[in-house]
Amino acid sequence: MMETKAWERDQSLLAIDEIAHMPYQWAMGLDGSKFFQEIKEREVLLGIKCPKCHKVYVPPRRLCGPCFTKMDELVELGREGYVEAVTLVNYPFIDPDTGDRRPVPYIYGYIKLDGADNLFSHIIRTKPGATINVGDRVRAIFAKDKKGRIQDITFFEPI
Amino acid sequence: MGRSVAITGFGQTHHAARRWDVNGLELIQEAVTRALADAGLTIKDIDAVVIGNMDHFEGINYVDTWSIEGAGAFLKPIFKVTTGGTTGTTVGIAAYYHVAAGLFDNVLAIGWEKNSESDTTGAIITCSDPIWDRFSYSGAIPSLAVEASAYMKKYGITEKDAARVTVRDRGNAVKNPYAHLRTAVTLEEVMNSPMLTEPIKLLDICPRSDGAAAVIFSSAERAAKICRQPAWVHAVSVRHDTTWFGDIDYTEMHSLAHAAQEAFRLAGIRDPWNELDVCELYMPYSFAGLKWIESIGFCKPGEAPKLVWDGATDLGGTLPMNLSGGVLSTNCIGATALLRIGEVAHQIMGKADKRQVPDVQLGMATGFGGCFWSDVMILGAKKP
Repeated sequence: MMETKAWERDQSLLAIDEIAHMPYQWAMGLDGSKFFQEIKEREVLLGIKCPKCHKVYVPPRRLCGPCFTKMDELVELGREGYVEAVTLVNYPFIDPDTGDRRPVPYIYGYIKLDGADNLFSHIIRTKPGATINVGDRVRAIFAKDKKGRIQDITFFEPI
Repeated sequence: MGRSVAITGFGQTHHAARRWDVNGLELIQEAVTRALADAGLTIKDIDAVVIGNMDHFEGINYVDTWSIEGAGAFLKPIFKVTTGGTTGTTVGIAAYYHVAAGLFDNVLAIGWEKNSESDTTGAIITCSDPIWDRFSYSGAIPSLAVEASAYMKKYGITEKDAARVTVRDRGNAVKNPYAHLRTAVTLEEVMNSPMLTEPIKLLDICPRSDGAAAVIFSSAERAAKICRQPAWVHAVSVRHDTTWFGDIDYTEMHSLAHAAQEAFRLAGIRDPWNELDVCELYMPYSFAGLKWIESIGFCKPGEAPKLVWDGATDLGGTLPMNLSGGVLSTNCIGATALLRIGEVAHQIMGKADKRQVPDVQLGMATGFGGCFWSDVMILGAKKP
């Protein structure tokens, strides 16, 4: 026999629906702005090097967390790299950037760009039916119309 | 070193996919009332409150003030601590700091969540950087899936190895009347469940639950008056590193390794696998039950599947894990890590009912969250 729980819904228990639209504008700072300007002008990816631990980070940011040190040495990275961690996303959810369901399935992963020491998060597109594995080489594909945002790199694709 | 501190009371709600019968305040009050009853205290005995949840799940940002009626904090010191999935352990550790510092004698830690009130994945995505990560970041399940992809590749781990963890935790939940999912599952059911994000299938991942937990931390003087066997805090450790998902090493869980090593050192534990009697580990997906116990140091990297298949982490094994059913059976996120602390405390206090292990002397609770962050609390039967 199914047990009836006190918290299950009957017609008398109500809830209210609300969709909140909130406009935001996020500053990128000098290094973030430079990253997108370089993509627009030369389709080059920039990283930044820590003067203390010599680690190269992408995207470029002002501060190295582990060293608590200011960084200012921008370095050019390759447009290619290899996949260090990856998954095929196949369940529906709301994208907070758009308020709509993000279209699935798609592949998202962490890419070790040539010349960088950390990973770059992006989506990866393969030919229909092809699989992608940890260790595969990929390259950045750039948008024709660049607007100064992460989608200026449209996706990465296997080489 | 601060004053000795003990847990003297623990209460939790009956967790469910959706608690239609209560709002957030009423849910919180349910857990608080049960914690007070467990300790034999009234709200007048509570000196201060630390509360936490994940802001975006309910869309309420001033939870410390908003929750006053449910938290029992009217005209008392209360503040909010929120650190993502680790919130529950962080509120517990903050409450411990309050008492250890000598400024308060009975401090109430509360963690809660009404996950049903928003789109959990959409809300989690707002934790990632809006300029760089949010476009591709896909919430908790895919970020755990990418971790699993790196771990499987490095050590040749299979999906079936992970499924054995789900079978253990879901089997344990049958004995926990508060758990959200209380049905046991088989290896075949896990392996045949729908693929959500490779290699994570529906039964490899935790549910999203409505629920709350409350734990009372007391000074030694008060603890002696409240109960014969409190659960003493032997060590706490917090390791939060970064929120850049690209800065994570997906082959190793560094924050957990650091937190566990420090907690064991502070508690004087040299051989955790043999010295600990129970563990309640924040493991939101099955692969964590392998990779993360290696990071804690219970075995060498790549060797966790053998421990799990051999039954060494089952009830009656060398080190039983997640006897409550764990996170794979209940995940009311802000409460989840505090449930780990409360469950270990009840094992030490001899109050774990049908899930009780005899003569528990030492137990470990962990929290996981944010960008692969870790908290650890070691509890014991003897006053440190």
